[in-house]
Amino acid sequence: MSLAVKAVGIRKRFGTHEVLKGLDLDVSYGEVVCILGPSGSGKSTFLRCINHLEVPNAGYVWIDGSIVGYEPRAGVLHELPVRRLRAQQRQLGMVFQHFNLFAHRTVLGNVIEGPMVVRGLRRAEAEARAMELLHQVGMADRASSYPSRLSGGQKQRVAIARALAMEPRVMLFDEPTSALDPELVGEVLEVMRGLARGGTTMIVVTHEIGFAREVADRVLVMIDGEIREMGKPEQVLSNPGDPRVRTFLSRVLS
Amino acid sequence: MTTPKPSQWLQVSDLPGPDAPRRQLAHPGRWISGAIGLLILALLVRAFAMGQIRWDVVGQFLTARVIIVGFGWTLLISACALALGVLLGLGFGIMRTAANPTLRFAAWLYVWIFRGTPVLLQLLIWFNIGLVFPRLYIPGLVDERMVDVVTPFVAAVLGLGVNEGSYLTEVVRGGIGSVDRGQIEAANTLGMTPGQTMRRIVLPQTLRLILPVLGNSAVGMLKFSSLAATIAMGEMLNAAQRIYFINGAVIELLFVCSIWYLTGTTLLSTGQFYLERHFGQSAASAGSRRQWFKTRSRQAIASGEA
Ligand SMILES: Nc1ncnc2c1ncn2[C@@H]1O[C@H](COP(=O)(O)OP(=O)(O)OP(=O)(O)O)[C@@H](O)[C@H]1O
Ligand SMILES: [Mg+2]
Repeated sequence: MSLAVKAVGIRKRFGTHEVLKGLDLDVSYGEVVCILGPSGSGKSTFLRCINHLEVPNAGYVWIDGSIVGYEPRAGVLHELPVRRLRAQQRQLGMVFQHFNLFAHRTVLGNVIEGPMVVRGLRRAEAEARAMELLHQVGMADRASSYPSRLSGGQKQRVAIARALAMEPRVMLFDEPTSALDPELVGEVLEVMRGLARGGTTMIVVTHEIGFAREVADRVLVMIDGEIREMGKPEQVLSNPGDPRVRTFLSRVLS
Repeated sequence: MTTPKPSQWLQVSDLPGPDAPRRQLAHPGRWISGAIGLLILALLVRAFAMGQIRWDVVGQFLTARVIIVGFGWTLLISACALALGVLLGLGFGIMRTAANPTLRFAAWLYVWIFRGTPVLLQLLIWFNIGLVFPRLYIPGLVDERMVDVVTPFVAAVLGLGVNEGSYLTEVVRGGIGSVDRGQIEAANTLGMTPGQTMRRIVLPQTLRLILPVLGNSAVGMLKFSSLAATIAMGEMLNAAQRIYFINGAVIELLFVCSIWYLTGTTLLSTGQFYLERHFGQSAASAGSRRQWFKTRSRQAIASGEA
């Protein structure tokens, strides 16, 4: 399997608080990686460093033959102008915990925004593709609704379609079901299962251990800004070596 | 520990049926205050009717040609100045939030100067700008005497518009700041550049938020345009003054102006009501943002009437 994205020695500080202490991660095409860990361990920060929403203090991310946000010349990383950074960022589709749909656009408007503005597709083309994606996430019948009229689960499915519409190489999910009422979690996870079956490369921060066990090719557990355990789900979830990981898992599995 | 005794202890067996007739509580206070209000209104009307006002003169000048033409100028000045103010407010408001510190500082300076001085003073300075720069000279474009370029009309539009722009700059900045950060991040991850994000995601939502403030600006502008009378601009108030210097019917002509201003502001308020209702429907989303524009428009009302 060829490498899709590679994080190298990511460090991130907020003030004096070191949130990420040098993380490495390789993800291959078609792979699903789930990130688990207690609250405040830096999972969201790690994901946001991967797509450069947060700029790491050290380390970098490699995707599609280039370093996100920088151009190496003679061993020095030169910052890229924002236009080129954005072109890299769209290779990394992001789904947020709080959906972040555009409030002034309909469901369809949300999905065609990126393809039309960034990829330069014509409206008819963008809409046709958007409707396919909305079918895929089961939201085609609500195409003309505004986000304020949707349930949380529906919003999140639209947000997934919106990210997919940019045809990213990798999809990042930051706790996509944490803001949802329990009965709405299933519909979103179902869409994500479908993506995994279809071979989408995904990095998923989640508290849904069941989903991780079932769908992930690899699970990693973060504690205090470090990766403490990484491996096949059955191995990490049932037989972790690290004592702190064992404590964490026993708490969430009980 | 004495609980007040109910005046009448209802036995369960005596309870009335669910469809028992009911009588609403009488509100004598409302009736009395209504009656007092009507009385005061009647007294006021009587006072003005019996006072030393020749209502026939009011009626006669209400539709006088000079007054109507003056009101036309009033409307024109207000519209041009408001348009200028909105353009400046948008431009400088966006600059206020720019990443580039020079742009931010320029916008701050603009607000500091024009919001920090009285608008009447600014009008007088624009009107007399020829004293500072006798000629307006831009190589290859214009070369004229300043007094020919900055006519009273131009001075009025510049003075009122630039002043309004400084106020709207702050409103636009606040509006931009209140657009959900998450949506901006989402736009970034889709690959939209800062310019695209501003144009397509931030500004449309900002404009919706500042619409009520714009309504108040329009009403305020209509009234502030009367200040242009001081720089010999022949708008309505100035026309009225020129008439009463001759015929002495001071209060009658001031009343004529009041009637026209009230007509204008009433029409504007009505338009604002419908515009807000129209935009309010599709924008119904975050409650906090609605709260923001409510406070904002309240401030605008307060400052407009200060
Ligand atoms: N913008 C920021 N400024 C300062 N501190 C921050 C910022 N973002 C995150 N932090 C801190 O970094 C640490 C890690 O936060 P992060 O959101 O990555 O945790 P998390 O693992 O995603 O937690 P959760 O499961 O609660 O989402 C926390 O202590 C948090 O307070
Ligand atoms: Mg998080």
